Amino acid sequence: MSDPRIEVIERRLEKVENIIAVSSGKGGVGKSVVASTLSLELSSRGYSVGLFDLDFTSPSTHVILGIQDVFPDEEYGIIPPLVKGLRYMSIIFYALDRPAPLRGSEISDAIIEVLAITRWEELDYLIIDMPPGMGDATLDVIRLIPRIKFLMVSTPSKVAYETVRKQLTLLRGLDFPVIGVIENMVMHSLRLRSQVEEDGAEYLGSINYDPVLEEALGDIERLKKTAMYAELTKIVHHI
Amino acid sequence: MHEWALAEGIVSTAVRVAEDEGLLKITEIVIDIGELQQVEHEILMFALEQLKTPTMKDARFVLKPIQGRFRCRVCGEEWAFIPETVDKEASEAIHFVPEMAHVYIKCSQCGSPDFDVTEGRGVWLESVKGLKRDE
Repeated sequence: MSDPRIEVIERRLEKVENIIAVSSGKGGVGKSVVASTLSLELSSRGYSVGLFDLDFTSPSTHVILGIQDVFPDEEYGIIPPLVKGLRYMSIIFYALDRPAPLRGSEISDAIIEVLAITRWEELDYLIIDMPPGMGDATLDVIRLIPRIKFLMVSTPSKVAYETVRKQLTLLRGLDFPVIGVIENMVMHSLRLRSQVEEDGAEYLGSINYDPVLEEALGDIERLKKTAMYAELTKIVHHI
Repeated sequence: MHEWALAEGIVSTAVRVAEDEGLLKITEIVIDIGELQQVEHEILMFALEQLKTPTMKDARFVLKPIQGRFRCRVCGEEWAFIPETVDKEASEAIHFVPEMAHVYIKCSQCGSPDFDVTEGRGVWLESVKGLKRDE
């Protein structure tokens, strides 16, 4: 017995130049906002960009970018719709606004299914918004997308960075490239640079906590005018 | 037309299995079709015929429907998937991603979405038969 989905996943992604997983050990560190704004900024710079929300139980990039009333085309598979300049894929196209209570093996099966049927066109970058932690989604992208690179996000908190550090150790042990770590939602002082460098990763920069970001969520033009977005643009050239 | 994507996976996997097993000519490919995914057999068969490689040009494709079955992890209830009991929206979502069953279907006894799909989830390559050099 063989799973016919695995064989075609690499082919579905063959026209994508760079695949970046935006990841963190903890939830709530701003990973989805970083993935969304990074996608927008790369697109603004003239690159063709896809954004794939791989957080199947708690997707949020559609809320951040104000995406609604779109659906993939069906043509020898699934073609992610072009939304706000980005090719966009999320489980919300199928779960809609309902809860998706999935166990680990079900998440894994759903990820394999979506990867196997989604036909990404030529892209300079595919940004994948990962669910938090080192669970099924992380292990699946490591297994199924061998050329993926990781961009880690942490807050200055020891609690958040401790989980990121473990993920860095895992990825290094598996020889997976890590682009670096972004210190996000900084409120008082920077804490991570020396720790990140001690852990053998590149410290890409910091983004201050932006109290008005919440008001801009769902509106791309407002999002692009936030201080958070301006700080992210300074980090993008490292990526 | 999502069946074409499934067919592509079946053909590629059959080629790989044939290579692994040293088959020079494929004579039969048996595919389990989980009814939960509600694959259109005719479209899948057409796509398989169109996509088949020279090694499998005389091969017979056998589609074996497997009824979708569930077992509730909370109360132990077991029940079968009956496509007519889900609406069009749910049906389409489950067709593309069978795990969306947990979004749209509940245990028929206790109402929980926490159940196992014990049989008939999706498409699976059951066997590839063929001829080796010395046969």
